[in-house]
Amino acid sequence: MKKPDIKEIDFSIYDVKDNVKYEYQTGKGLSKEVVLEISEQKNEPSWMRDFRLKALEIYQKMPMPTWGVDLSQLDIDSIIAYIRPSAKMQRSWDEVPEEIRRTFERLGIPEAERKALAGVGAQYDSEVVYHNIKESLTQQGVIFEDMDTAVKKYPDIIKEYFMTKNVTPHDHKFAALHAAIWSGGTFVYVPEGVKVEVPLQAYFRMNAPGSGQFEHTLIIADKGSEVHFIEGCSAPQYSVSNLHAGCVELFVNEGARIIYSTIENWSKNTYNLNTKRAIVEKDGIIEWISGSFGSHKTMLYPASILKGEGAKAEYTGVTFAAKGQHLDTGSKMIHLAPHTSSKVLAKSISKDGGISSYRGLLKIGPNAEGAKASVQCEGLMLDDISRSDTMPVIEIENDNVDIGHEAKVGRISDEQIFYLMSRGLSEDDARAMIVRGFVEPIAKALPLEYAVEMNRLIKLELEGAIG
Amino acid sequence: MRETLLEIKDLHVEVEDKYILKGLNLTIKKGEIHAIMGPNGGGKSTLCNSIMGNPKYKVTLGQILFEGEDITNLKVNERAKKGIFLSFQYPEEIPGITVDNFIRTSVNIVTGQNVTMLQFAKDMKNTLELLDMKSEYRSRYLNVGFSGGEKKKTEILQMAFLKPKLVMLDEIDSGLDIDALKVVAEAVKKLKTEEMSILIVTHYNRILDYLEPDAISVLMDGKIVKSGDRDLAKILEEKGYDFVRNGV
Repeated sequence: MKKPDIKEIDFSIYDVKDNVKYEYQTGKGLSKEVVLEISEQKNEPSWMRDFRLKALEIYQKMPMPTWGVDLSQLDIDSIIAYIRPSAKMQRSWDEVPEEIRRTFERLGIPEAERKALAGVGAQYDSEVVYHNIKESLTQQGVIFEDMDTAVKKYPDIIKEYFMTKNVTPHDHKFAALHAAIWSGGTFVYVPEGVKVEVPLQAYFRMNAPGSGQFEHTLIIADKGSEVHFIEGCSAPQYSVSNLHAGCVELFVNEGARIIYSTIENWSKNTYNLNTKRAIVEKDGIIEWISGSFGSHKTMLYPASILKGEGAKAEYTGVTFAAKGQHLDTGSKMIHLAPHTSSKVLAKSISKDGGISSYRGLLKIGPNAEGAKASVQCEGLMLDDISRSDTMPVIEIENDNVDIGHEAKVGRISDEQIFYLMSRGLSEDDARAMIVRGFVEPIAKALPLEYAVEMNRLIKLELEGAIG
Repeated sequence: MRETLLEIKDLHVEVEDKYILKGLNLTIKKGEIHAIMGPNGGGKSTLCNSIMGNPKYKVTLGQILFEGEDITNLKVNERAKKGIFLSFQYPEEIPGITVDNFIRTSVNIVTGQNVTMLQFAKDMKNTLELLDMKSEYRSRYLNVGFSGGEKKKTEILQMAFLKPKLVMLDEIDSGLDIDALKVVAEAVKKLKTEEMSILIVTHYNRILDYLEPDAISVLMDGKIVKSGDRDLAKILEEKGYDFVRNGV
């Protein structure tokens, strides 16, 4: 039963939510006061507050990146004014942009849930499900916690790992920005040898305030453990602000394995500037599965640092850019140890003048004796005005390696459309089928329900494309 | 006298600014097997593409009537739903879509009803056997990495499921060795019902030995220049197309 009545819900896991009541003046931009206020409202320990302030200084000194997508129209100061939680408290379903609401409806998500996903309402069923999952995990010693809560509950771990040895505020301007104003997200710790059977989903946390735009995900998989984390679900995410600068830090310890799946579908006015990185120790495995939809501009290059001997990484991703969109995505594979291996399969689709680029780095360090790597990228353009680029950079500092690389860009041919139509498919269905076939390797890598939703998203993107 | 299924009147077709069909007339009766023969470049494939409605082939004059209805301006998929099927000379490859998935999708659209999983599996097993194909084809991506012969067999596999009223076999014999040709021809013969008409486009007599057409028409320079019964094929084989050209 769905009860939107807030009184009946136990919000103890969302402590922060109830506390947040900022009344900012708009137009102040990002300042020390803003950062202090965020920290204070979260009731954070002083070390986190100081960390934020240092990050702010770094942010202010760093230049905007001038490569990738065009960021000249991005006015961070005006966006920062919006991230203040008071804006969220005033959110109502009516404020959700029409196109996102329509997508929610067509995805078949029940209204109450739609509102919950949009951060507007609260959804009773989700709470129950969340608690159930959490209980069975707790018995195995798994920590699955809201990041704001984790800062207070596990200060020693967070202090040691939070943007210190993986992603740091010094990495780039948006990493610094994230460090200064991060809010929400998820902390996962999987103890040695524990294999988490069900995929953990960030989905259950979507109605937590502050998650969504600057959320921080930290996952530590201890020796020999396994976990599959699914971020974002396929639900289009509505955010008051139009900047998303999240950060994901993954620690794959010896013999451990993390699968990190994301299907993102951002509102078409969003700048999605995300940082994701995994450090993989001896014989550890990281698998990224990534679907990037929506957004105005995206820059996203999940990185795998193969630090221990025999460490493995796989990246399987699809990017879809339609009208007015520029999605610059790819992966970084850094081989630092002997016998490490990596595999990249990146697919990009562009239509109606959209630009979809693959930008990747494959680096083989001098110690990566016997490393193996393969990079395969394919672009599919649905018309003559769209663009698909591939920019794979390969740097090799060891002679004894095995590298494979393949890139191709193509269009749907009229002959293929004719062939499929001769079997009864409409022109739209024919295109959709070709695109679905194109992304099949990614769909295959996802759990069934997410594969189905990804295909539905593709269908929605394709609709109306044919004049 | 059998009823007319397809009637083509004074058809003029242009491909990339070049006239290929120049006033073609042709009638195909219900249940008939009709072979179109003729030299390369005479317009045989153009005829098939025009009947199927390939937008690359522009009809500038004339009419195509199917069961009495003018379908000249109908979209390709609408024609498919009416029961027109083209077995392609060069079937397209569709990566990521399995033969199984594709045929099911197509059957559901063309017949307008959802075939049950059980029935589909049963039909698939029988038809694959008929075509001497292994069941592993079901999970292979459509035509990807298929040999010429495998592609042709997969076309007939689709035909078996779609149960069309008009089947056009565009050079079904090209790329097939003798054994495969026999398998394909016999499968087509078995799948042919009383109501089904078949239009065979070919250079060679061999397939005609198996399928025994009721009528043969010779297509040259964009027109049907001669029609006759099976014996015409024999004469053509002996004397070549020049005989027709000179005889007209």
